[in-house]
Amino acid sequence: MTWLEKYIAYKTILIREFLRFIRIWIQTILPPVITTALYFIIFGNLIGPRIGDMAGFRYMDYIVPGLIMMAVITNSYANVVSSFFGSKFHRNIEEMLISPLPNYVILAGYVSGGIARGVIVGIAVTVVSMLFSDLKVHDAFIIISTVLLTAALFSLAGFVNGVYARSFDDISIIPTFVLTPLTYLGGVFYSISMLSDFWQKVSMANPILYMVNTFRYGFLGVTDIDLFTAYAIIIGFIVALYVFSLHLLRTGHGIRN
Amino acid sequence: MINALSINRLCKTYANGHVALKGVSLEVAEGDFFALLGPNGAGKSTLIGIVCSLVNRSGGTVSVFGHDTVTDAAQARRCIGLVPQEFNFNIFEPVQEIVMNQAGYYGIPRKVARERTHQYLEELDLWDKRHVQARELSGGMKRRLMIARALVHRPRLLILDEPTAGVDIEIRRSMWEYMRNLNEQGTTIILTTHYLEEAESLCRHIAIIDDGEVIENTSMKQLLMRLQVETFILDLARPIDALPDWDTDRIRLVDSTTLEVDVHRGDSLNHLFEILGEHGIDVISMRNKTNRLEQLFLHMLDENGPGGDLNDVA
Repeated sequence: MTWLEKYIAYKTILIREFLRFIRIWIQTILPPVITTALYFIIFGNLIGPRIGDMAGFRYMDYIVPGLIMMAVITNSYANVVSSFFGSKFHRNIEEMLISPLPNYVILAGYVSGGIARGVIVGIAVTVVSMLFSDLKVHDAFIIISTVLLTAALFSLAGFVNGVYARSFDDISIIPTFVLTPLTYLGGVFYSISMLSDFWQKVSMANPILYMVNTFRYGFLGVTDIDLFTAYAIIIGFIVALYVFSLHLLRTGHGIRN
Repeated sequence: MINALSINRLCKTYANGHVALKGVSLEVAEGDFFALLGPNGAGKSTLIGIVCSLVNRSGGTVSVFGHDTVTDAAQARRCIGLVPQEFNFNIFEPVQEIVMNQAGYYGIPRKVARERTHQYLEELDLWDKRHVQARELSGGMKRRLMIARALVHRPRLLILDEPTAGVDIEIRRSMWEYMRNLNEQGTTIILTTHYLEEAESLCRHIAIIDDGEVIENTSMKQLLMRLQVETFILDLARPIDALPDWDTDRIRLVDSTTLEVDVHRGDSLNHLFEILGEHGIDVISMRNKTNRLEQLFLHMLDENGPGGDLNDVA
């Protein structure tokens, strides 16, 4: 395929993925916005004032970046895992497998779809958060780069899950038992400086901590971790998952058998 | 001339140990209309899956118009259009979008894709349904949608895996006509079907696969010539009570207005009608008792081996 043909093919997958989640926006865009609004009301408005300040900020202002990032993570992951597994289940993945599409174009199309949903939900949650919090931007580059990289990382992770999944149950196991606990323990609702040394060290093994803190730095200018380390970890995971995803596509694991 | 499809010693063993293909070799000439027949579980779909890169092979080689499906996969895939046995489109997508997306996967620009989508949906009588979600189509429409989708990148080799399964006779006939036209325009077609009259009517060459092996691979004409005896049903103009006292057991009375006649290869039908005429029996219509290919097919599966003794196939 020429580069133009590859670009057309990539755009086709991206538009298809985009339309897929936009068509069902009541299931894809609205729920995370409502859920996050509830977090704002309960943790921010009702419980927040009793907690007091955190790292020098109102509790509500402190948790906003984490909640936005949580929405980005879960939605970019969910988009790819459900779309790819759905394609396997309905067998319309075969439309792409019999075409001359290179594997990296297929992967790029799905991942871009996941990023698109993560970013759109992130923007929607940010808009809602402005009703509750006086959100200021400390470093726009860090905000944008962290969102895009994190969405890409979890889109790739969702892709891997989608390849391995054999039933609809399999696509909810990782989000329920891995993603949600890691996100909650990733400093969304608290600063790890509140933890004992031991638990601080344990928390440092949680990759989501780095994404949440980097993103929070973009808004508030405070962080529990080193930003350079955070970017290195995020990019490292992306590269590893990208290579692994391509390997799965090349060998046809779960799709060409 | 380059073969449209060359398969050499193709093997497939699934992870559960099931051996689906045992060294299948097959060639399909460019421009041919080729029937690939076999009972359920014979290995046809596995074979097609490997040709179309949907299933990994365990051994052997496959090339499409000279392009190896592994080392030159992109070029090989460009040449193939597949209409699979089961519906495999996103049922929530509109008809037009399904076909246009398929064109997109081949890198066809949007404008060209739109024109071709219009053309094929029109030809297959689906244009009025272009905005309808695929799940709302009837079974026959879904089959035609898969044909339109398979054609949108103008493949040189079209593989039809039971394209008329579950389709009513009227649509089936119109699909036959459509496939015949495609073939006349130069598209090589491989057809698998359980309707043997379909294969007999459309195809010029035939391969029969059973238990992962090709047990016959010849021209349709050659195969049908092996049929030594054909049985015809004759409908009579007037009822008769009993058969005249003639010296043959090849004619049997089914009921008062129906005769069953065995005609051996080389026998003259004129002679038969002369005998009937001499006894005042008028025939108003005549048909084969069973499909000729079906008779041969069942016999070959019973024999389950190449070159099985077909001399007494009745």
